[in-house]
Amino acid sequence: MSTLAVHDHGVAHHDDHGHEHHHNQSFLSKYVFSMDHKMIAKQFLITGITMAVIAMILSILFRIQLAYPDKTFPLLTTLLGRFAPNGRISADFYLSLVTIHGTIMVFFVLTAGLSGTFANLLIPLQVGARDMASPFMNMLSYWFFFMASVVMLSSFLVQKGPASGGWTIYPPLSALPKAMPGSGEGMTLWLISMVMFVASSLMGGINYVSTVLNMRTKGMDLWKMPLTIWALFLTAILGILAFPVLVAGVVLLIFDRSFGTSFYLSDIVLNGVQQPYEGGSPILFQHLFWFLGHPEVYIVIMPAMGISSEVMSVNSRKPIFGYHAMVYSLIGITVLSFIVWGHHMFVTGMNPFLGGVFMITTLIIAVPSAVKTFNWLATLWRGNIRFTPAMLFAIGMVSFFISGGLTGIFLGNAALDINLHDTYFVVAHFHLVMGSAAIFGMLAGVYHWFPKMFGKMMDEKLGYLHFWLTFIGAYLVFFPMHFMGLDGVPRRYYAFTEFVSMQRWLTVNTFITWAAIMAACAQVAFLYNFITSIFIGKKATQNPWEANTLEWTTPVEHLHGNWPGEIPTVYRWPYDYSKPGAEEDYIPQTVPFSQTMSSNQAHDFEDNPKGLEELNKFNSTLKANEQVK
Amino acid sequence: MMAQIQKNNDRLDLAPKKFNMWIFIFTSFMFFAALTSGFIVYSGGRGHGLNVIMPDAFKYSTAVIIISSITLFLASRAAKQLQFAKQRLFLWLTFALGVAFFAIQVYAWYVLTYKMNVYLTDPNASRSFVYIFTGMHLLHIIAAILLLLNTLAGTYKNIPQVRNLFKMEMTSIFWHFLGIIWIYLYVFLLLNQN
Repeated sequence: MSTLAVHDHGVAHHDDHGHEHHHNQSFLSKYVFSMDHKMIAKQFLITGITMAVIAMILSILFRIQLAYPDKTFPLLTTLLGRFAPNGRISADFYLSLVTIHGTIMVFFVLTAGLSGTFANLLIPLQVGARDMASPFMNMLSYWFFFMASVVMLSSFLVQKGPASGGWTIYPPLSALPKAMPGSGEGMTLWLISMVMFVASSLMGGINYVSTVLNMRTKGMDLWKMPLTIWALFLTAILGILAFPVLVAGVVLLIFDRSFGTSFYLSDIVLNGVQQPYEGGSPILFQHLFWFLGHPEVYIVIMPAMGISSEVMSVNSRKPIFGYHAMVYSLIGITVLSFIVWGHHMFVTGMNPFLGGVFMITTLIIAVPSAVKTFNWLATLWRGNIRFTPAMLFAIGMVSFFISGGLTGIFLGNAALDINLHDTYFVVAHFHLVMGSAAIFGMLAGVYHWFPKMFGKMMDEKLGYLHFWLTFIGAYLVFFPMHFMGLDGVPRRYYAFTEFVSMQRWLTVNTFITWAAIMAACAQVAFLYNFITSIFIGKKATQNPWEANTLEWTTPVEHLHGNWPGEIPTVYRWPYDYSKPGAEEDYIPQTVPFSQTMSSNQAHDFEDNPKGLEELNKFNSTLKANEQVK
Repeated sequence: MMAQIQKNNDRLDLAPKKFNMWIFIFTSFMFFAALTSGFIVYSGGRGHGLNVIMPDAFKYSTAVIIISSITLFLASRAAKQLQFAKQRLFLWLTFALGVAFFAIQVYAWYVLTYKMNVYLTDPNASRSFVYIFTGMHLLHIIAAILLLLNTLAGTYKNIPQVRNLFKMEMTSIFWHFLGIIWIYLYVFLLLNQN
């Protein structure tokens, strides 16, 4: 038997027993420097979850300060040392905590942890490819992300603590190493970490786009792609267009910090000493930052939207309502996200007419967002809903997206924003609409594709416990913040004890903190469920949710190359659930129309006149038989 | 057996990798677009014009980078016609021109700083932008030169022609792009020099 095979990467081992995928992989090349997209997805997920847990602990620490600004907790000094002298978190460290919490959640969890996991796992599996366009670059992408995580966390080990100018790192705080303790080495490490992070994101994003456009299997045209793929694809495009702009902004910032230029610095007096910087414009940084920063929030939410669409369709046993509208609204959001960044800068002295323009573009985003929301609700309408944990989290995502999105209409208004900017109203808004919503989308994805990733099922009861505690906890934490914000309580403040007008909010802060602690405890249920299920979970079947998409046609045991034989061909869209006349309530994408004559409809053959002819013939024969009877 | 052949064909498919390069070009373009937009926002918002006549060195470097694109094109043509000695010669020429471009840009910095008193740490940051534009472009040039050397090394190692052409194409896309970006930056500076 001759072997006509050219291997790309030096592994020349294949035998003749049909086990053609049994490479002799070392531990290092299988688990650590893996080039297999499924393993890289797991690496992203586990690193992302670890970072999420760390960021959550940081948030509990600063919540304790907000709830008990006058009490001392000797335990804090034991745990944090110089950052919490005399049992109280220091003011500088408080700012570091909110800064690093924001940075980790936005970038490391909801960008890399979310897109990194599900784009890597789902793109090759759902479009029908053996692996990514460049598996090597994919591996690099993970390891850059890992290094970025290590560097970001290592900033807790430097003398003066991590960066503390807020996750938006506005100059001059970020540009002058002496401006505040966190502006020193902590800020330097933050910048190094983010440069590596951007490199990781770009390498990942380039691969995702290239794979979706070039490596789809036979029959998988763009309009047969699941919405997860559409969402991840457009997310990757956003990243590719937006992250280089952040790099440009950061390059100028680094020159200001270390080489004495004054792009962002002007007229600064530090500790009574006039600084030599002249002529710079701090607003320039805000433009460059938010040109990335706003698309970034859609980078965070769009994968969650795609995942929820898929999960809700599968578990409602109904086609997604308005598939084309879903895709066009994603495209609409993608395009609009680049022309709304000014709404983060309404109070920077912007020309009011320009503010008006940004206000209009911002409010237009409500249109595609509402289209998506109505479509999700219409998908649920009269479905045979199966309340799996994944389904609950997907519905929770929609709930948060609605309740958080509504306040966006107020914040997007240039006049109202004068009152609301930098208050807890903003904190409440984005934690619901992009924080909680995206996390819930991510958790929906974890519960739904856990069987695909690990070949095991997660425990459902723990999943329900996790969902309800987190769902209620998140609302209890963020809903009261709206009222604080309306009353003018500013964000990022260390304590409100000195302001008479804000003292009445102290009890609310205590309440929020306890709600946050409860929600944090609920995550233990998830972590326990996640870790134990990997080892002792019930073994998964090949298609546990009876879904249509391609990833469920691969064997439970992972193969390098995904499918043992040929890659399956795709014949239909991914949402043929509960089709009238079909034998079962789902028809996988790989089933040709010729095998489902009884359920075919005229609209299945819009661009296929021959198929339509066959359908008409079949139907007329059927009618003739009826008449004979 | 058929499955195996098909699978390995999937692996050998170089088109997606080439596509990766095109997307990378896009990210790089966005980076320079952001820098030049930053310049416009800065000089427009603060009322600081550049007020520097660009040194002649930039004219020479522009000529050099255009010629290097031509030599690289000739190298690609030679590679397609299986004339490997010629391919190598033109690759070496391109390499030399790339290094020359680098040297001329650095010389331009010297002229700007010492002859024209235009500094990197200028209170008028429009002038700092000149250094950022050229410096960031030179970083890309270093990467391109490394890519070129990698392709050149391939021609000495007798790699399969498919891979040789693939490497040539990857290098060409990046190299020509950097030429275009430089022309864009130079024209941008010329239009804004007053």
